[in-house]
Amino acid sequence: MKKAIIAILAFCAFSLVSAAPSAESILSAIDKNMTSQTTKSTTRMVIHAKRSSRTVESVNYSQGSDRFFTEYLAPPRDKGTKMLKAGDNLWIYDPGTDRTIQISGNMLKQSVMGSDLSYEDFMEEDKLSQDYSAGVDGEITYDGRACWILTLMAKKPGLAYAKRKIYVDKSRYVVLYELLYAKSGKLLKSLKFSNVTKTGNRWYPRYILFKDELKDGKGTEYFVDSIQFDIPIPAATFTKARLKK
Amino acid sequence: MIRFLIKGVFRDRHRYLFPLIIVSCGVLIMIFMLALINGYMDSFIRSNAGFETGHLKVVSRAYSDIIAQKPYDLSLLDIQSALDQWKKRYPQLEWTERIQLGALLDVPDATGETREQGEIIVYGIDLLKSGMERKLLNLDKALARGRIPSQPGEALVSEQALERLKLKIGDPVTLIGSDIYGSLAFHRLVISGTINFGAEALDRGALMADISDIRQMLDMPGGAAEILAFFKDGRYDQKEADRIKADFNQTFSDPRDEYSPVMLAMSDQNNMGYLMGIVHSMLGIFSFVFIVILGIVLWNSGLMNGIRRYGEFGVRLAVGESKKHIFGTLVLEAVAIGVVGSAIGILLGSLGCWYFNIHGMDVSVFTRNSTLFTQDIIYTYIPLHTALAGFIPGVLSTVLGAILAGLAVFKRQTSQLFKELEV
Repeated sequence: MKKAIIAILAFCAFSLVSAAPSAESILSAIDKNMTSQTTKSTTRMVIHAKRSSRTVESVNYSQGSDRFFTEYLAPPRDKGTKMLKAGDNLWIYDPGTDRTIQISGNMLKQSVMGSDLSYEDFMEEDKLSQDYSAGVDGEITYDGRACWILTLMAKKPGLAYAKRKIYVDKSRYVVLYELLYAKSGKLLKSLKFSNVTKTGNRWYPRYILFKDELKDGKGTEYFVDSIQFDIPIPAATFTKARLKK
Repeated sequence: MIRFLIKGVFRDRHRYLFPLIIVSCGVLIMIFMLALINGYMDSFIRSNAGFETGHLKVVSRAYSDIIAQKPYDLSLLDIQSALDQWKKRYPQLEWTERIQLGALLDVPDATGETREQGEIIVYGIDLLKSGMERKLLNLDKALARGRIPSQPGEALVSEQALERLKLKIGDPVTLIGSDIYGSLAFHRLVISGTINFGAEALDRGALMADISDIRQMLDMPGGAAEILAFFKDGRYDQKEADRIKADFNQTFSDPRDEYSPVMLAMSDQNNMGYLMGIVHSMLGIFSFVFIVILGIVLWNSGLMNGIRRYGEFGVRLAVGESKKHIFGTLVLEAVAIGVVGSAIGILLGSLGCWYFNIHGMDVSVFTRNSTLFTQDIIYTYIPLHTALAGFIPGVLSTVLGAILAGLAVFKRQTSQLFKELEV
């Protein structure tokens, strides 16, 4: 009798595990949710520095996972600053000096507008499934949502984060919590995603709290005020000539 | 009796001349060496104070914890009214504000694209409002080419950096760094001249611009990373510095607020207290060694004198003068020679010091490859009390020599005197 119960329980457990999709399919579902042909969004970044907080507003355009253009609208000191990512290159335009500077090398590790994000974060490709191999570690209830816990390991060298740990909402395929690690295993950043809303046929988080774990402070709040997917964006948007306009 | 003894000494050339020359020369050398060490230390302090520490320095409490890293993001902000208050409370001090940061110097080509880029240490100093920094940093002398900035937007760059980045006077450059909130910051400047301090640390890659430009770049209006204070007479006074520091920190600093100002004395920074302690110890050791060496020389001179006056002491003992009395008169004679010799030594030494105090001594041949903040010209300096203290080793060494030589008197046997005197 005892053996029969154990066998039934083992069968049930096996059935449950086998019911979970593979890590790769979870990553593909996340990528499908988060990426699109083109995106236009307006965002606010509330940067909680040690001394004070400030809000940086921007309008952002993206095409695929390797073209990205941002124009800062506020505060007045940063208004008119523009950033362009095209392939492996990142440029920033400063209206005060009327200079376009390519961000490379150590400068990529600099903070973006004093936030907890670095320029290196912008250089990351959007599709997790392309850059990381993953494994399902288990399940957890996070922020009231049933989630899978996945550990992602970089497939290629040179990525900003060698390891990621993510909590993925089981029903909406949205990452709700993410820990980013260096190659040494040191925790570098943590991200909390919330206010997940349905935009078109996809779920998208409208609020992200970035925290650079190597810095003091309360982190950077990132609000997506509006977002449109797969809209036509002129190709000229992603050229250097656009920076000075 | 004393008058009789002194007359006796100075009327017998053999008794005073050699010891007097020795003591005078010894004191002269000692006074000059002390003045040179003091002058070097003074130059070292002046250079370090001018370039780095000030006689006193005010920073935020958080900044002072990691002051070696120059964390300008922990600067004091909007401090102009506070600074006015400090100026009123400490009228004996002159104040100047500074910001130092590491940045990239980007040189554009004709199309505005980056042609050259290199790391640079940026000094935001007051170049336009007062001439204080020009004097403190000896900028007029350090200027190698071009001119010192006369308006905002101009900068001086070190000669080495100019050559490394293939710059010319009048070229526009862009400074790239982080503002105090961590955001990437840019600032456009025009190179107005080059500087060469002779100190590798600065000459490798320094850029000096007016503090208003750097404040604008770093988004810190009215702020400064460090506020340096200098005694108006130009000399560092440790006791006064400690008194002002204690008063300032009690009045203006709040230990609960990490951004409240805190004052540091020069001796609290860059191991300067330790270095000054070493120099003071060196001065003490130097005086002690001087006393010992001069004492040995004068002992030898006293012994020769004793041999020459062997007969005289014999007669004096024979007529009933006690050994102690003879010993006492020898010591008294030594005191007289010591005082006169020291006075001559101090006078001559002071004359030498006075000359080099005015004209300075060029030591550039020794400091050419030095990375320390030292000046090429050393101005000898000796405080009056130290010069007068030259009497002590001068007299002590003469007396020590006389005591050591005079001990021989006690070895004379009265019973042998007549036999000795017969000879």
